[in-house]
Amino acid sequence: MPNAISIIEIVFYLFSGIATLAALGVITSRNPVYSVLFLVLAFFSSACIWLLLEAEFLAIVLVLVYVGAVMVLFLFVVMMLDINLAKLKSGFASYLPVGILVAIAMAAQLFILIWSRGAGSQVLEYGEADGSNTRLLGEWLYTQYLYPFEIAGFILLVAIVAAISLTHRRRPETKYQNPSRQVKVKRDERVRLVKMDAEKED
Amino acid sequence: MLTLAHFLTLGAILFSIGVAGIFLNRKNIIILLMSIELLLLAVNMNFVAFSRFVDNMDGQVFVFFILTVAAAEAAIGLAILVVLFRNRETINVEDIEELKG
Repeated sequence: MPNAISIIEIVFYLFSGIATLAALGVITSRNPVYSVLFLVLAFFSSACIWLLLEAEFLAIVLVLVYVGAVMVLFLFVVMMLDINLAKLKSGFASYLPVGILVAIAMAAQLFILIWSRGAGSQVLEYGEADGSNTRLLGEWLYTQYLYPFEIAGFILLVAIVAAISLTHRRRPETKYQNPSRQVKVKRDERVRLVKMDAEKED
Repeated sequence: MLTLAHFLTLGAILFSIGVAGIFLNRKNIIILLMSIELLLLAVNMNFVAFSRFVDNMDGQVFVFFILTVAAAEAAIGLAILVVLFRNRETINVEDIEELKG
């Protein structure tokens, strides 16, 4: 098929178009809730493009972990905060020209760099399927990158501790145990002996 | 015929949109965080593309670590945002100027 457009190209252009439009939606929509939903769409279509590049494990991780956890966290926070949208959006028009200018200049520089250095001559080809991408990634992670992998786990632990300690607040009305006071308690504070005369039963 | 340049171009477009988002939404911290996520997505796209075309798994391992750090960053950033909103009742960048140097 010399000049016909293959199914792979159709998939690529479809999902990259969706990703680009969704990214534009993220930065221009009025309501942050819509921004988060557009970001979910951008991540999802990027995951589809990663599938084209045979990075199956990362594509699935992007959908499961990123869309499933991080974006839901974003959505949760956006919906929890009661923010004044009009005030936050007020400078949008005045920043628009410089923002577009910088973005276009940056994109033009990147395009010149990409298309002038021979990246356009490396064609995407699919050979025979050679083993599982997940297995290969696992072999790299658990051998050569074992130490960075453990550091990544530690970073996640630090993030958990930081997030909880930042947002946790102690309410005065909640009841909780104080072990040092429990240990220090004396008999007199717990038991009160009352002296009274014996009464005769009728 | 898809080439490496196609995927790098998509990454460049996403990156430029992310930078534009930081310029346009300078007051809203939530959109700023989302623009940073877009930038990281563009970088990950380049890593995956190079990993496929150079036939080397290092790029994908790197994407794995970037995803980890981005998740940690989002969690801590949103936690700070929640605390900020609880104390100041605003997420406008212009209202947070005590530390201006």
